[in-house]
Amino acid sequence: MFKKIRLVNPHYRVLMRNIVVIIISVSFIPLILVSSTIYYQFRTSYREKVYAHLRDLVQNHTHNIDSFLGEKLGDIRFLAESFGYDHLSNESFLQEKLAVLQKDYGPVFVDLGVVNPDGKQIAYAGPFKLDKAHYSDAEWFQQAMQRQYFISDVFLGLRGLPHFIVAVKTSRDGHTWILRSTIDFVAFNTLVESIRLGETGFAIILNKEGKLQTTPMSKPSLDTIPAKSIYAEFLENPAGAVDKIRVAVKSDSFDQKTIFVASFLKNGDWLLVYQQQFADAFADLNKTFTITTIMMLLGPLCIVIMAITLSKIIVNRIAQIDEEKQLMNVKVVETGKLASVGELAAGVAHEINNPVAIMVEEAGWMGDLLEEEEIKNSKNLAEFRRAIGQIKDQGRRCKEITQKLLSFARKTDGTVQDIEINEVLEELVALSAQRAKYALVTIQTHFEQNLPHLKLSLSELQQVFLNLINNSLDAMETKGGSLTIESRLEKDRIVVEVTDTGMGIPEANLNRIFDPFFTTKSVGKGTGLGLSICYGIIDKMGGKIEVRSTVGQGTTFTVHLPVTAEDAGA
Amino acid sequence: MAKTPQKRATPQISLLLVDDEVGFVEVLSKRIIRRGMSVTAASSGSEAIQALRRRDFDVAVLDLKMEDMDGIEVLKIFKKMAPAMPVIMLTGHGSENSAREGIKFGAFDYLTKPYELEDLIRKIKEAIGQGGNCDE
Repeated sequence: MFKKIRLVNPHYRVLMRNIVVIIISVSFIPLILVSSTIYYQFRTSYREKVYAHLRDLVQNHTHNIDSFLGEKLGDIRFLAESFGYDHLSNESFLQEKLAVLQKDYGPVFVDLGVVNPDGKQIAYAGPFKLDKAHYSDAEWFQQAMQRQYFISDVFLGLRGLPHFIVAVKTSRDGHTWILRSTIDFVAFNTLVESIRLGETGFAIILNKEGKLQTTPMSKPSLDTIPAKSIYAEFLENPAGAVDKIRVAVKSDSFDQKTIFVASFLKNGDWLLVYQQQFADAFADLNKTFTITTIMMLLGPLCIVIMAITLSKIIVNRIAQIDEEKQLMNVKVVETGKLASVGELAAGVAHEINNPVAIMVEEAGWMGDLLEEEEIKNSKNLAEFRRAIGQIKDQGRRCKEITQKLLSFARKTDGTVQDIEINEVLEELVALSAQRAKYALVTIQTHFEQNLPHLKLSLSELQQVFLNLINNSLDAMETKGGSLTIESRLEKDRIVVEVTDTGMGIPEANLNRIFDPFFTTKSVGKGTGLGLSICYGIIDKMGGKIEVRSTVGQGTTFTVHLPVTAEDAGA
Repeated sequence: MAKTPQKRATPQISLLLVDDEVGFVEVLSKRIIRRGMSVTAASSGSEAIQALRRRDFDVAVLDLKMEDMDGIEVLKIFKKMAPAMPVIMLTGHGSENSAREGIKFGAFDYLTKPYELEDLIRKIKEAIGQGGNCDE
């Protein structure tokens, strides 16, 4: 139905481009606005949520670690306050108490020891041979002597293994002693390590000097031991920031954008630093962004394809309508012309019939009078009779001519009526007889008799066949020939063939002869509409028109006309 | 072609001829009179109605297209005034539709101009024969 050729017309190309641009801009602008707004809002709130979550996490973890340390200290304090020096300096008593603690808390408490103010260990219970050890130079001992309770930093100690010490100083009954316990480093490390998120999240604890208090699980891709420059800012001014959780986004030593969340614990002695790579923390967001981006690319692609397809359909439809309108206009003009010619012919025919009737009557009257006796004897009687007969004959001829004119011009509308096809053809042949004579063309007709009636528009059929006959006569104009018109019944169709022995149509033109405005006649001679109108009429009637031609031999137009069921039976 | 006139051998057929073409009415009257009928000519519809008021006719020949009144209108009036009178219509119109319409309104038959006088005479006689005044 759609011919792509139509889009060659610049008018339609511009129209199509405009439609495409309008559709695309109307679709794109809101899409881009909505998408970017939603993405921006989503990203902002998601970030806030992630940071808030990390803060909560670190805060909880800080509490957990603090309470772990507090608990351990509490246990040792309870022990120190519950029992006197006598009991505690007894190693078997200490062994007993250590066993109780280990039973309650697992292997968190590694050993117990009682140290006198000189730094000498008086009693010891534990797996190591540490009795009589001297701690007077140890940092924890000096700190513990100054305070009531003390939890040391992690250090290697006398055994060369990382550990830290919980120490409680007690003065009672004239004795001053320190009850100390080694806290299992592995258990503590596991507690700190338990905060693991995503692929890259982990926590470490640093002391005030920035020394590691835990050993992070080693992963070669992770910057597990951060450079001092990264956490230096967290260690500054710890007094004012003890209860604060601070968040910073920095590049780690591997140059990965990383989120650092820091919180002080153990009253500002230690700093818990949680770190996670930015990309990991926002993995979901990045995934969403990727999906959105793909959709943002695919959506517009669909819109563009849709816009182009839709515009093509619309423009093609418009082009088709324009073409139909143009054809219709031409048809209306043609029909109008025919109608006015018809009216004129009818008027002339009527006006002529009356005077011709009078002439014939007068001639008849003369014939009557010739019967009078006196004229009967005239020697020219025979000549009078011949002349009168001639007037009558010519009058009859006038009548025939006017009748043909009238019957052709009677109706130039599309009113459907019962049609005897052979009669129509006969009439047209008679009408074309004169032209055929001048073109030296003999017209032959082979009509199958008793064909069923057609229910079609007479004037349209006349138009079609007159056109075909005229075309045939044109084709034979130069050297004459013969025109054969044949009618026959084939199944439920009446087939009419108009065959001439004219110049024929070249094969290259055969496909185009039904196209509007296609003509091989010189400018001003043909409109190129005749056959296209024929085609339109026959097509509308539900029939078809075909052409066969051989150059130099002639052309045959075959018209198939549908016979409606009721008539076929008649 | 020419029949011997049957002068007053049988009761004369009286004919009302209506046509607005004066030349046509004149020559046709002469020819019909020559064939033994009496003709009253009227050159318009109203003239014809007046003539019919004055007397009865055996048959009327009526042109379908006239200046003052349409032939069909005149026919209807004729059928009211003298329902028994057969009416033959003449038409210069190539189209026979109006003539057929006339038959619907009670006309006996029609002829298209120009015609052979013999055809008209035959139709007149047929009409009267049908009407009961057989002449042949």
